[in-house]
Amino acid sequence: MSTAVTQHVDEVKSTPWSGGRSPFNVEYGKMMMWFFLLSDAFTFSSLLISYGALRFSAPTWPAPSLVFQSFPGLIESGAPLVFVGLMTFILIMSSVTMVLAVEAGHRNSKKEVVTWMLFTILGGLMFLSCQALEWNHLHGEGFWWGHIPTAEKMQEFFKTGVPYAQQAMTSHQFANLFFTITGFHGFHVFSGVVINTIITINVLLGTYQKRGSYLMIEKVGLYWHFVDLVWVFVFTFFYLV
Amino acid sequence: MSSETTTVHAEGAEHGEHEGMTKKRIWRIFWILTAITCVEFFIALVISPRLLHSPLHSMINPCYIVLTLFKAYFIVAFFMHLKFEKVGLALAIIVPILFIIGLILVLTNESHYWIGLRHV
Repeated sequence: MSTAVTQHVDEVKSTPWSGGRSPFNVEYGKMMMWFFLLSDAFTFSSLLISYGALRFSAPTWPAPSLVFQSFPGLIESGAPLVFVGLMTFILIMSSVTMVLAVEAGHRNSKKEVVTWMLFTILGGLMFLSCQALEWNHLHGEGFWWGHIPTAEKMQEFFKTGVPYAQQAMTSHQFANLFFTITGFHGFHVFSGVVINTIITINVLLGTYQKRGSYLMIEKVGLYWHFVDLVWVFVFTFFYLV
Repeated sequence: MSSETTTVHAEGAEHGEHEGMTKKRIWRIFWILTAITCVEFFIALVISPRLLHSPLHSMINPCYIVLTLFKAYFIVAFFMHLKFEKVGLALAIIVPILFIIGLILVLTNESHYWIGLRHV
């Protein structure tokens, strides 16, 4: 009797939450990256929801198909969504090369990891260049933080004849929100490129080979996919809706 | 003891994360994402101009949002690998995200009020 009780008390619990192991079964840094991304998701959604509220309450808004209808350097007008389509494709593509790098990391193939990481960095740089061209184009049209095009030029960006006072007000809101939100996203892409570059240098130096695991690639991968995820929402709410 | 724990952690990290994404699967997700984006373009460039004066035009924005959420699902579940993580981790990330719905409701209500203010 007494031995049975002792045995019962001494029995080691082995459920995921009874200690001695990681209940989420992920490495600490990877879990923290997830929680960081969660906080970042809140930041981006606050920005996008504020944009939604301002736009919803506005009597009119610059039409996306009229504002974004050029392919900088190639087509001056009449090509709505083409340039942003290219940007979206570049970012999705770089997300794919990132997962391929993670996959190569699982097989401990240093050479493949480096190749795919370099493609990912290239994709990030291409996206940033496209964004620079787009900003430059809009700046040329007269949009900037606190700046709007001339009254005459502004007619081009509205579908129907709207009083100038309303056009001026909503164009101001549009310009500030567009440059702030795409700027904040672009800054994330830039940080991603910098982080990816550092990690690629570490791969080349053999840091992760010595460590025996390419888990770090997964962590920067999470960040990079998050940047792609945010772009999916920015794309919908600025260019489609 | 601490070295034992580290081993458990390291093994934990080794296991489970190998499964899931094969090269074939990665490319399949890529094609799904590209296809959804193409559908969005089709709606924006072909369907939207035709429905301009139809009551169905109000259905276009909800369509975009549903398609966007689909894309978000594929990125988070497969590219970010959340589908293959422990349910506890997935819930720890997904459940807080639901608070965003609260902010959407509050600010939608608020912007209705702003519209009212303009007419005063």
